[in-house]
Amino acid sequence: MISAILLYNQKGEVLISRLYRDGLRRSIADVFRIQVISNPEVRSPILTIGSTSFMHCKSEDMYVVAVNRSNVDAGMVFEFLYKIVALGKSYFGSFNEQSVKENFTLVYELLDEMIDFGLPQNTEMDMLKQYIQTEAKRSGSESGSSAVSVSVPDALSRSKSMKALKRSKTITSQITGATPWRRDNVKHHRNEMFVDVVEKVNLLISPTGSVLVANVDGTIHMKSQLSGVPECTFGLNDTLRLDQEHDEDDPRSSKRGGRRGSTAPTGSVGLQDCVFHPCVKLNNFDHDRSINFVPPDGEFELMHYKCVENLSIPFKVVPSVQIVGKSRVEYDIVIKANFPKQQTATNVVINIPTPRNAAKTTINASNGKAKYDSSTNQIVWKVSRISGGSEISLRATAELTFTTEKTPWNKPPISMDFEITMITCSGLVVRYLKVFEKSNYNTVKWVRYLMKGGSYEIRF
Amino acid sequence: MSDLKFFTKGKAAELRTELQAAKGPKNVGKKKAVLKKIVANMTMSNNEMIVLFEDIIDMIRSSNDLDVKKMCFLYLITYCKAKPELATGALDPLLDDAGSRESPLIRALALKTLSSIPLEDFIREGVEPTKRLLFDEDPYVRKTACLAVAKMWSHDTKIVEHSDLIALLNKLLNDGNPTVVASALAALMDITEKSSDLQLTLDHNHASKIATVLGECSEWSQISMLQALLCWTPQTALEAERMVERVLPRLQHSNAAVVLGTVRLIVYLANYSQNLLEHVPQIPTKLSSAMVNLISRQPELQYLALRNCILILQSKPQLLQGLSVKAFFCKYNDPIYIKTTKLELIYLLANDSNIGVVLRELREYATEIDVQVVRKSVRAIGKLALKLESATAAKASVDTLMYLVETRVSYIVQEAIVALKNILRRYPGRFEGVIGELCEHLDALDEPEAREAMVWIVGQYADRIDDSHLILEQHFLSTWHDEPVNVQLALLTATVKLFILRPTRGQAMVPKVLKWATEETDNPDLRDRGYMYWRLLSSDPSAARDIVHPDKMPLIHVEDEAIMDPRVLEELELGIGTLASIYLKPVRHVFRLAKPRKLTPSPCLIPRKDSDVDELKQLAEQAEKSKQPAPSMPDIASLNLGTLQSPSLAQYTPLIPTPTTGTPTTPSFPQMPQRSNSVAVHHQSQQLLDDGSGSQGYFVTQNGIAQGSQNTQNLLW
Repeated sequence: MISAILLYNQKGEVLISRLYRDGLRRSIADVFRIQVISNPEVRSPILTIGSTSFMHCKSEDMYVVAVNRSNVDAGMVFEFLYKIVALGKSYFGSFNEQSVKENFTLVYELLDEMIDFGLPQNTEMDMLKQYIQTEAKRSGSESGSSAVSVSVPDALSRSKSMKALKRSKTITSQITGATPWRRDNVKHHRNEMFVDVVEKVNLLISPTGSVLVANVDGTIHMKSQLSGVPECTFGLNDTLRLDQEHDEDDPRSSKRGGRRGSTAPTGSVGLQDCVFHPCVKLNNFDHDRSINFVPPDGEFELMHYKCVENLSIPFKVVPSVQIVGKSRVEYDIVIKANFPKQQTATNVVINIPTPRNAAKTTINASNGKAKYDSSTNQIVWKVSRISGGSEISLRATAELTFTTEKTPWNKPPISMDFEITMITCSGLVVRYLKVFEKSNYNTVKWVRYLMKGGSYEIRF
Repeated sequence: MSDLKFFTKGKAAELRTELQAAKGPKNVGKKKAVLKKIVANMTMSNNEMIVLFEDIIDMIRSSNDLDVKKMCFLYLITYCKAKPELATGALDPLLDDAGSRESPLIRALALKTLSSIPLEDFIREGVEPTKRLLFDEDPYVRKTACLAVAKMWSHDTKIVEHSDLIALLNKLLNDGNPTVVASALAALMDITEKSSDLQLTLDHNHASKIATVLGECSEWSQISMLQALLCWTPQTALEAERMVERVLPRLQHSNAAVVLGTVRLIVYLANYSQNLLEHVPQIPTKLSSAMVNLISRQPELQYLALRNCILILQSKPQLLQGLSVKAFFCKYNDPIYIKTTKLELIYLLANDSNIGVVLRELREYATEIDVQVVRKSVRAIGKLALKLESATAAKASVDTLMYLVETRVSYIVQEAIVALKNILRRYPGRFEGVIGELCEHLDALDEPEAREAMVWIVGQYADRIDDSHLILEQHFLSTWHDEPVNVQLALLTATVKLFILRPTRGQAMVPKVLKWATEETDNPDLRDRGYMYWRLLSSDPSAARDIVHPDKMPLIHVEDEAIMDPRVLEELELGIGTLASIYLKPVRHVFRLAKPRKLTPSPCLIPRKDSDVDELKQLAEQAEKSKQPAPSMPDIASLNLGTLQSPSLAQYTPLIPTPTTGTPTTPSFPQMPQRSNSVAVHHQSQQLLDDGSGSQGYFVTQNGIAQGSQNTQNLLW
């Protein structure tokens, strides 16, 4: 189990240090500083010296470190470190040296609730925010700052302390209950649910043009603003789902969403490797592929999936790169937009690598702006809009200086970034989202689709 | 309001004045400000703060504000050991709080603090309130009390074991609230892990209850529960299969530790059901998909998942059937430690049907920028040729290697030559065509291992290479005295081979080299081998040919390399997802105090293939033996060294090291040929095993691990 949590700044100064187990001294902090922070050769996030292991991740300019003295569950430790970072971001906007120094007592307080005796306890944002609040919030709320305190024997404060008692009880029952991510007294004026389907397209093309890797990393983000304790059911045009409830659900979903089949091909998609937010009832999904959940209040990531079949790859890149002798490299790159005409790709950036000894470049691009960036050794070609079906091209020459280096140019791949809205690469469509709540209110639902470049690489 | 201004070094005396100025119930704001300064100084290890102990105790006694208390408690926990006699002052207020009727949060906080202080008084006094709070009406308090028991036990085992706290903790396993049950399990596991005489075992009822509530609690509770389920031993295969079915949905949880905990449990249960995959056929797909998912998470988790894939592929490959090698192709910007681990997996998953894709991919990596990745890729290509025995696979590997040799990049060429040497040895008579090409790169060789490989090739094929004697003479023998021992050993053998294959060409070289090897070295192996060849050549030159360059060389095998000892695998399986699974070493080698784990026997436990163990043992013993070519001690006087000058006894005997693990010495001469044969080929085969570090095993010193991933158990070197 975790023996200590330490936060360091870039220089290796300790910002937070909390020990949980006997047998460790505070000076353990020096070991990590010497062995990892000031050692440029370290390549692993895990370091074991004797029986003491240091596991770390970075958050902006900080090292977040867990010290362990036993054969600890490494997955648990890393997940916990990420949770610290995520919570820190949510509380302070960003989680770096500055924000930690500005709130160090709060960080200690949070850690005290998040971990006990080196075992992670309670890391639900929604819950923690109810009784561990930032200074600003505290001074604004009730006068007695923390409601759970003081027992002064006069009538007024007695009723207050009764209230406090009640409140602290709801907190404890939520922490230990079945849905620790949601309190039951949420109220919203308008009941709304926002769904964002974001797909990252990963592609790797070999120099001969064959596809080595093509897959989609999809995430479904939600923002729920629902009152009470709503039960939600979520449906996609996933293969199995469709077979079972095709007749029942089709008309409804088209009425509700109004977007069905607008751009993505109709039919079904085969999702693989689905991973769900803790609120999703996994047993139900396993049983009949239905996604049922009681959502946390606010933003969360409902699910993550992968898709490898029947992808519509948005861009076809045809690179022709010729190394002429030792002095010149000639580029001729054509990119074809392979998506429907109604759609437009925005923020397209293409990075074309050049040899390290490139001295001068001449670039001629059909669209957008292209510039040579000597610090990263690449031509950065930015095109703000590309409409579906169109074609753009770039011709460039890089002059090379003479070099004695023997190592040949290792040719990093051409990489690409882009955004296309209202279309998915996998063809995934949200079919329905049902919300059941005791009070039976109406819910307004919003769906958005976004396709982005993940690791979109073309070797040449 | 920012705390930034408090985060500065302060003097204890000044802080004390400020503390005293803040006395009185109304100055809550001032108190907090001073306390924040103190906490900041504690963090910066400003040990001056200890002198404020008394003032803080006063504050704990007088203040009622929760924030003030929390900070005072933090101070108390940090410095209590330095001033035990003063710390007791805080005992009464803590006990009062623990009995508070006001709020469960106050009770829990008090108990948390009380149990965190490793002082005898606190533990003694803490026993009673803990007993009471273990059965508090509020589950949050009960949960905290469970961990308090474990905490107090870790401070002082005796006091806790004399009370009935552990028995009470056991009772809480039947608590109605899943979170409390999970905490009780976590506490019990923590205690039993460190205790030599306590053991946690769950019966079928408990296990099944836990599996039922698994979905109803927080991710962290699920982790504890999944771990605890390993303490249950199924009695029938059916029980094991049922359990697998029940936990299978957990593989889709977003928390990596829940996923790996489930994988661990499934792999564990697979030991108790012979036909698990027939009964639960979806396991391989689900397990593979869960692992692939983890590989798209943060790099740290990817690394963990990759190491565990290696582990499972070695212990129970059937559970990961259908895992595509493509999932492990490197991304351009993967960190190095991920790339090298992926390479090992690519090697493991390569087979005759995907060899084409794999080789194309490896070729790509072999021209990358990072030297470590390049070397490992080239090595992987070479090893694939040995691993896959089909004709096409070996041919494709050799073609790829030759393509890489053409790059003329020094370290790629050298690595390729090492790989090709092994291929030539493995498939005699098939790839000799490449030798000519290799001889063009002699100038590029500056690494001992590559030089050694090249020398072996030149010696072995001395009759095929036109000017083999010139190559040896000019490129290697000229620098004899500067070469490391392994190259010298190879040179010695190569020269003798040359002499045997082309007596006229080697005539001049042999005596020179034998003289160097026997007279001008301090290395016992080299000296022994020198004498052996010497004696062999002078006594029976015709037998020498059969021994040094026989028509049929013993074939090398690589299947054994990667396989770890089944006992180690068994232990590692139980530690899937833990640090030991990253190092892939027996837990005790990394954590000296860890309790060894093994499968609990049960009627349905599948017996381990012990024959494997025996075989491995034998192999290891053989390797051990051949490593130390036992210097036989024949009667020196009876040696007929012919015209060669006989070394004097005085020179010889004192320098022979006492064999530490060698075979018993055999005095009779007739056995010599056999042994020297094994010596002649020995250094090549041993080299190969060294590459894989398979036979050498996992004997890594405590310091060795210090270099992190560099020293993890690797398959490829």
